[in-house]
Amino acid sequence: MGVRDTSQGQVALEALAKRFGPVKAIDDVSLRVGAGEFLALLGPSGSGKTTILMAIAGFEYPDEGRILIGGEDVTWAPPNRRNLGMVFQRYTLFPHMSVLENIAFPLKMRRIGRAEREERARAALETVRLGGMGDRRPSQLSGGQQQRVAIARAIVYQPRVLLMDEPLSALDKNLREEMQLEIKHLQQRIGITVVFVTHDQTEALTMADRVAVLDHGRLQQVGAPRDLYEAPETVFVAGFIGETNFCEGHLDYPAAAGEPVSVALDGGGRMSATAAQALPAGGRIKVALRPERLRVLPAGNGPAARVKEAIYAGNATTLMLEDEAGQRLRARIPAGGGLHEPRPGDHVRLSWQTADARAFAA
Amino acid sequence: MSRRPASFFLGGRRYSPAASLLLTAPFLLLVTFVFILPLAVLLRESLFVPEPTTAHYARAFAEPVYLRVMLRTLVIAVLVTALALVLAWPLALVMSRSRGLLLGLLAAAVLLPLWTSVLVRTYAWMVLLQRNGVLNQMLQGVGLTSAPVGFLYTQGAVVLAMAHVLLPFMVLPILSALRGIPEDLTRAAQMLGASSWSTFREVVWPLALPGVTSGCLMVFLLALGFFVTPALIGGPQQMMISTLVSQQVREMLDWPFAGALVGILLLFVLAIAVVFKRAVRLERFVGSA
Repeated sequence: MGVRDTSQGQVALEALAKRFGPVKAIDDVSLRVGAGEFLALLGPSGSGKTTILMAIAGFEYPDEGRILIGGEDVTWAPPNRRNLGMVFQRYTLFPHMSVLENIAFPLKMRRIGRAEREERARAALETVRLGGMGDRRPSQLSGGQQQRVAIARAIVYQPRVLLMDEPLSALDKNLREEMQLEIKHLQQRIGITVVFVTHDQTEALTMADRVAVLDHGRLQQVGAPRDLYEAPETVFVAGFIGETNFCEGHLDYPAAAGEPVSVALDGGGRMSATAAQALPAGGRIKVALRPERLRVLPAGNGPAARVKEAIYAGNATTLMLEDEAGQRLRARIPAGGGLHEPRPGDHVRLSWQTADARAFAA
Repeated sequence: MSRRPASFFLGGRRYSPAASLLLTAPFLLLVTFVFILPLAVLLRESLFVPEPTTAHYARAFAEPVYLRVMLRTLVIAVLVTALALVLAWPLALVMSRSRGLLLGLLAAAVLLPLWTSVLVRTYAWMVLLQRNGVLNQMLQGVGLTSAPVGFLYTQGAVVLAMAHVLLPFMVLPILSALRGIPEDLTRAAQMLGASSWSTFREVVWPLALPGVTSGCLMVFLLALGFFVTPALIGGPQQMMISTLVSQQVREMLDWPFAGALVGILLLFVLAIAVVFKRAVRLERFVGSA
């Protein structure tokens, strides 16, 4: 695919803001994407992730802030002058052109000669493992094949950055998982910068080098998948990424981020945890604890609970627990680990690492 | 065990042939007796009265008066189609990209004439165009002309009025074709480096073309046989073929010659329908199959 100037693939958003009437679709977002990096924009619907992508693409203009691509300010440049690639949610192949004509289209727009156009389009088609399908019409391809052609069309002209707007959401689950890996491998092979919008956290964690979590237009946290899951910085991220138990209470004394704290729970009792952020004295606290980090032991000394329900799911069993104060908790016990597997109605003792219970200001 | 019902009721996704025939019978009878039968009688007159002959057809092409009428009909139909296309394309483009009040107003402006009688619309044009009509009063009012201009009974007036009357038949197929182009398709084209003009030329126009062809054919074929508007606005100077047919039947009582004229018009329309067979695929008017 040729050697590319690595600085060309950098994307920088500087204090980006966009309002739709009273709603802040993008609220002061600053973000840097390195050349060759795979960044996922993750958030629920209405979080502003698509608006950010559309601003990078040039279909929305921000009210404030700047967008730089390869160091060049493109905030007000029209989409066709940005030299970016984009794969949309639904299939956007031109129905009146063959597969090969579709892929050659961006080259034709760049006034590249017919012979070279065709050669490069065929090579791109091979890249997405659809060689020999060039003469077909888009309508003769399956959904997954159409999205592969859309990807080939978006990379054939070696754009600076590839934007993807939930490109797999229309595919069924198995194909989606297969395509996630395929896109990831393709991205690594050609070294292109990718900004990928999704509302599917598994997809974001599987594919991205870094994930930017958004809520209500605000950037909540940017980090590697492992950091987001293991060390969420806000209550929203803790609740949005993966499954989490929340226990509410308050703290009598202030604590700095990283300090161990003992939270007075609303239902009585205390819970040892680690401050995920600076916590004020007397403030409301939410403690987040992952179900698989909650250890379930035979009844004994320590926090006690009763098993309300046990849900078997093959690779793990999820226990629905209720402690003495009426707080409901989930615990996940992996299968085959020889761990204690209580039955509904059993009394159990709970245990956890202080580092796994993260305390947030609520 | 249940019994297999009579095949009349068994059709699955389609009606059985017997059921289909029964359901469409009232309409087919109507068409046969009110359209096909009279047309056949008229065409038989043109070929077999007083004896088997092609003289009536030859006469239509031999006499310059009639040739001129046929040629004028063709020219007017082409001009009407062109004018309607020029008016309809930008309108359909705006309508395809609007919603709510604006779309409602535009749709009403296009469709309202369709729901009004052709006669009323034609008289409205006469009120506008006659010697002491609205247009002449305005022109003289602002001092552009000193004496009334004869707009009425000109080819321009006929073309303008007919294009207005037939506009919905051009707007609707184009609008439906444009509406069928997803916004993401034009966005994709822009992302891939296409300018607004290239997006139009490479994506929008080719995809809207079937609608444009349908609209043009519809308007052209309807214009060929138009009667009321050319008769009233064009007067005898701008006589078109249907007015000529009516004149032959009502004033000359020359049924065979009228039949020959109808036969010529019918053949011409059929020929065009066959030539543009791919473009006049019926499902476009019915909706996508």
